[in-house]
Amino acid sequence: MASFVMVGWYSSAFLEMWHPLCHWIACLERDGTAFTMLQGAGAPRLACESKSDGGSMFYSLGLLIHACCNLCLHLTGIIRREETSMEEEIAGQRQGGFNLADILYFSKKGFEAVADDEVTRRFSSEELVSWNLLSRTNVNFHYVSWQLTFVWIIGILIRYCLLLPLRVKCWLSNQVQMTCAALGVRSLSGAVHFHNRENRPQKGGICVANHTSPLDVLILASDGCYSLVGQAHGGLLGLIQKSCMKTTQHVLFERSEMKDRHLVRKKIREHIADKTKLPILIFPEGTCINNTSVMMFKKGSFEVGGTIHPVAIKYDPRFGDPFWDSMKHSAMTYGFKLVTSWAIVCNVWYLPPMVKEEEEDAVHFADRVKAVIAAQGGMSVLPWDGGLKRKKVKESFKEEQQKKYCQIVVENGTVGNGNVH
Amino acid sequence: KNSCWQVILKEGTVEPKQIGWRKNKPDKIILPYLSPIRQLLCNLFPISHSQITRLYSRFTSLDKGENGTLSCGAVRSILNYFKFSLPARSVIREDFQRIPELAINPLGDRIINAFFPEGEDQVNFRGFMRTLAHFRPIEDNEKSKDQNGPEPLNSRSNKLHFAFRLYDLDKDDKISRDELLQVLRMMVGVNISDEQLGSIADRTIQEADQDGDSAISFAEFVKVLEKVDVEQKMSIRFLH
Repeated sequence: MASFVMVGWYSSAFLEMWHPLCHWIACLERDGTAFTMLQGAGAPRLACESKSDGGSMFYSLGLLIHACCNLCLHLTGIIRREETSMEEEIAGQRQGGFNLADILYFSKKGFEAVADDEVTRRFSSEELVSWNLLSRTNVNFHYVSWQLTFVWIIGILIRYCLLLPLRVKCWLSNQVQMTCAALGVRSLSGAVHFHNRENRPQKGGICVANHTSPLDVLILASDGCYSLVGQAHGGLLGLIQKSCMKTTQHVLFERSEMKDRHLVRKKIREHIADKTKLPILIFPEGTCINNTSVMMFKKGSFEVGGTIHPVAIKYDPRFGDPFWDSMKHSAMTYGFKLVTSWAIVCNVWYLPPMVKEEEEDAVHFADRVKAVIAAQGGMSVLPWDGGLKRKKVKESFKEEQQKKYCQIVVENGTVGNGNVH
Repeated sequence: KNSCWQVILKEGTVEPKQIGWRKNKPDKIILPYLSPIRQLLCNLFPISHSQITRLYSRFTSLDKGENGTLSCGAVRSILNYFKFSLPARSVIREDFQRIPELAINPLGDRIINAFFPEGEDQVNFRGFMRTLAHFRPIEDNEKSKDQNGPEPLNSRSNKLHFAFRLYDLDKDDKISRDELLQVLRMMVGVNISDEQLGSIADRTIQEADQDGDSAISFAEFVKVLEKVDVEQKMSIRFLH
């Protein structure tokens, strides 16, 4: 009996230390100045401001670990794309009209898209320059050297035989307190750093954020209370959803129902009109993106009026891959992936509230908010719709391209034949 | 690392043996062996980012057909490590159509067809690389002037031949009026009437045709494009 207690105590103590350790390593890059170790194992922390006084020994040790954990430069694409427009390429040297060489422009653009395109890249895990020892992020795992294999095997042992059972044990023992989202984040060794907390969303506002995984909800909920608008899930996740969301303040939809935009908007409008209700949390992208860019924001939530509080969430890919590819992994597989990664480290920035201006239309406003979020999180902005993950692109885009080409070929209402001079 | 491309460009094929791949089984693809880590402290866990491995990973990400245990990363890694050969992956037309930027390209269907050899419905990695090799910059060839071997795939003449084949559907080495009309219709959509389109086609053929057969042969095609900077318009810069 005593041995169980001892094991239990040591394992909780270990997990308590692991979480601040990951947070510490993540902090190192962020501000680059020395800081203190987090105090003791007794006080679990989720969010922590780093201080600028600190022991130099810890600092240099930390720097060494940090150097070993590599500077994660993000990979650029496979090819270098020249962003020239159709007009420049085709109509460049001549007046207009058709030329046999026009086909070269379209074929080059097409092959560039085959080699590397902006959109499908976002729907799978990010490619990293330096590997973080999780086989799931090394898409092309192949034998490099025995040293690396050795380190990788040690990593597997640690993650599956040490971190996994400890986390499961902590999760089970905390199950009675599962209604508190903060514990969920903690059991995954989440080291979340909140910035600008004075801009936290107020009651009666709408909070919008970029979407990477269901964890986003947990992370935001650990720092404030929100009502959620989201998809009702079936299966195990649905049961968890139902048990956790006991209050009537949440708004859940089926994905097919979301097409009925009027219904959605009506419900949201009623909700924010009532100033005592919690702010609504909305992910306007509509689906999980892999955290390297921000895709098109659906204009629905921007049309209802009210104050928008943008939030930018950026995960650190060195410690774990939180992106949920819902077509490839079920919720159970995804959960398993999460508890076997090193840690979940992310930065959350609360941005100042924004309001739609008088002459602005919803689409323009949505783009404005999107640009602000992307700029803060260091992600690129894409005009493409996240829904392309599941469905095909609309024909009308192709027709736009065709129309553009026509305008070059037909000049002044007459149809000419252009020749290169 | 350009050596991989040299092999592809000259022989039109990716032979495992020549690039130093582990097993000599032409039908099965094993990923290449790479040299060990050098700078352990600065770059503790590097993955090789040679163009071939990145393009292979791009190719496999297009292939959505394989589900099941073999798609689990850890299982694949272990099998690969112990040198079990994995079944070669292949890509079908629908996989290409899933790329949005290709789907909105007016010539998207023709480009996709260029990947698939005659009568086949799937393309393997070798075919994929072979087609992409046409778009390597010409300057690659300056470094290795090999007069004896066949012309590399990315020579100016082969690039033009590739473009010619985009027009010439029935592969009779001539672009007839109908074939030209088909391509024109794809490029302009519904915005131009049939008569106007017909007159554009007629005028193009008239200006290019020299032997009077109302069709454009390859030699005439080359003549029309002699002043065009094919190098710049038909090359893709691969990074690293």
